Amino acid sequence: MTGVVLRNVSKSYGAATVIPNLSLSITEGEFVVFVGPSGCGKSTTLRMIAGLEKVSGGNIEIAGKDVTWARPKERDIAMVFQSYALYPHMNVGDNMSFALRLAGTPKDEIARRVQVAADMLELTPYLTRKPRDLSGGQRQRVAMGRSIVRDAYCFLFDEPLSNLDAKLRSSMRTELALLHKKLDRTMVYVTHDQIEAMTMADRIVIMKDGLIQQVGSPKQVYNTPVNTFVATFMGSPSMTLLPGELTDEGGTIKVRGAGFNLPLPDRLRARAAASPTRAITLGMRPEHFAAEARTPDFAAVDLTVRVAEYVGSSQYLAADLGGQAITAAVEVGPESDLLGDGRYYFDTSRLYLFDRKTELAL
Amino acid sequence: MAHAPQDPLTAALPMPMAKPRFEPGFLTPYAFIIPALLVMLGGLLYPVFMALYLSFYDWQIGLPLEDADFIGMTNFARMFTDPQVWEVLWVTLRFGFWTITIEMTLGVALALLLEKPIRGASVFRTIFILPLMVSPVVVGLIWRYLFDARIGWINYYLGAWFGIDPQVWLGDAQLAFFAIVLTDIWQWTPFIFIIVIAGLQALPSEVVEASTIDGANWWQQIFLVKLPMIKSILVIALLMRLIDVFRGMEVMLIMTGGGPGRSTELLSLHIYNRAFNTQQLGYASAISVLLIVIVFAISTAILTMANPMKNKSDV
Repeated sequence: MTGVVLRNVSKSYGAATVIPNLSLSITEGEFVVFVGPSGCGKSTTLRMIAGLEKVSGGNIEIAGKDVTWARPKERDIAMVFQSYALYPHMNVGDNMSFALRLAGTPKDEIARRVQVAADMLELTPYLTRKPRDLSGGQRQRVAMGRSIVRDAYCFLFDEPLSNLDAKLRSSMRTELALLHKKLDRTMVYVTHDQIEAMTMADRIVIMKDGLIQQVGSPKQVYNTPVNTFVATFMGSPSMTLLPGELTDEGGTIKVRGAGFNLPLPDRLRARAAASPTRAITLGMRPEHFAAEARTPDFAAVDLTVRVAEYVGSSQYLAADLGGQAITAAVEVGPESDLLGDGRYYFDTSRLYLFDRKTELAL
Repeated sequence: MAHAPQDPLTAALPMPMAKPRFEPGFLTPYAFIIPALLVMLGGLLYPVFMALYLSFYDWQIGLPLEDADFIGMTNFARMFTDPQVWEVLWVTLRFGFWTITIEMTLGVALALLLEKPIRGASVFRTIFILPLMVSPVVVGLIWRYLFDARIGWINYYLGAWFGIDPQVWLGDAQLAFFAIVLTDIWQWTPFIFIIVIAGLQALPSEVVEASTIDGANWWQQIFLVKLPMIKSILVIALLMRLIDVFRGMEVMLIMTGGGPGRSTELLSLHIYNRAFNTQQLGYASAISVLLIVIVFAISTAILTMANPMKNKSDV
């Protein structure tokens, strides 16, 4: 098995267990993003793959080799750090060629590889500058360059974009995705930003408290979250969760709660009927609200709008539905005035149901 | 002065004055600075200027300053041809070379070894810096008795463990020089150690980790990453030790008095002896001017070469 494989990996610091038992297979060439709130163990997992952190149990394979106890340099990996971790006393070129020089690569080969990476990242004019003379975005690219020249089997990224401003971050996301296409290498990326995960990943690994909650493509984790944690963590603004009951109205199962009584879509009907409990949690994504009924699946809901936020062609509503706070993102066009109280429509084909006790999706 | 039409309400008030040159309260900040400035001037600059002034006079301690004779550059002319001055300068340079080389090497090495949170490292760190807290006079006394030919521990243990005959440590020119170098190393290696370990611990861990990933081994990490990154700290430590070499004299005064001969007489001790033993205050002042010039020149040279401020790590 090639790629990166984690088998029953665990990590404890003294009595504190950070990662109880984690297994995951990453295919060669795949772009996998670990995402989760801070302290969920995603960075620790990455650092164990890198060899910066020793595992407490289990084993790790990279490119078919057991590297559980191998030193970082024996793992054929490159890593980009959140702080970029450039060597302040070396210029850009020396930063990028450091690993090659240590490995004793021939000089002309080093020069060639540095040039290729610098061209790719548009760093050629800065090769003789020190990191302190570069902007944040340029430093970030040097850090990328440093890993590219290595031509490593696997690239590891530890929140590499979190120190950049929003605009730069989104353009670096694009560059990273391009880079992955060009290099066709296995990439493991850690972030707490679900947008980064959604936009770049082949597969997303969502973690919480050291446990993998769900592994899947961006589409899978968005459309079929396995539990309420994944449901609320992925997607922005977050999904609203409301307590509700499953009811049977003359043979049709509906979900009812304060302010709503909604029919179930086909995909959920059988599962709702089989559900051992009637007490469920209803999940509504903000973007599935609308100002008018677009299909027969749209059901009317009355919202009391507390705040409407203008974000261009949509408006985010912080509203009350039957006395409970919900978020709605309503597409009304950029010319619309701020929305107010009234009747809105929710696409019931898109609703989510979770067991209220286990928090698992029905 | 052209009068603007006046508001009846303010007509009774005095005409507004031109904007005062100084805002009220502009003195307040100075009031806080001035005492410190005065102390600085009094404590720092006055002695320097006094030394410069006296270096042009022939003045013996005990006589009133008014009776001192102005002799121009005579003191300086004498100094440059005085074999004693050259001798103690040579002693000082040799002393500085050996102590600073060994202290820097040892201090940096220990800091690198104890940087990691190994069990017991913090205890050792605390014990290790104790010499720094001992007054130089006490250090001189301790080591004078340790090196004592008859009752000193050093002779005792050399004899008991290695069968070496008792040495008259402080009575032999070479041994005495060795003794003061050793004493200085004992007291000041901890200083380098503390400064360097603080610098090492302040290094961003991700940079060090990045070098691990890049394949640097322990030595490469030290010489290619860590030490270059704390270069500014090393330069400052070196500078402070250099200045101290030209300044310190208490330990030698107590241990050897500069002897035997002038084998352990550093420049500052020589100045002291000139001023207070042979009572040639004017001449001593001239030599101390030389000392100031030397220290200033070395500091400037080092700072220009290394430019520690420009080298601050800011990744």
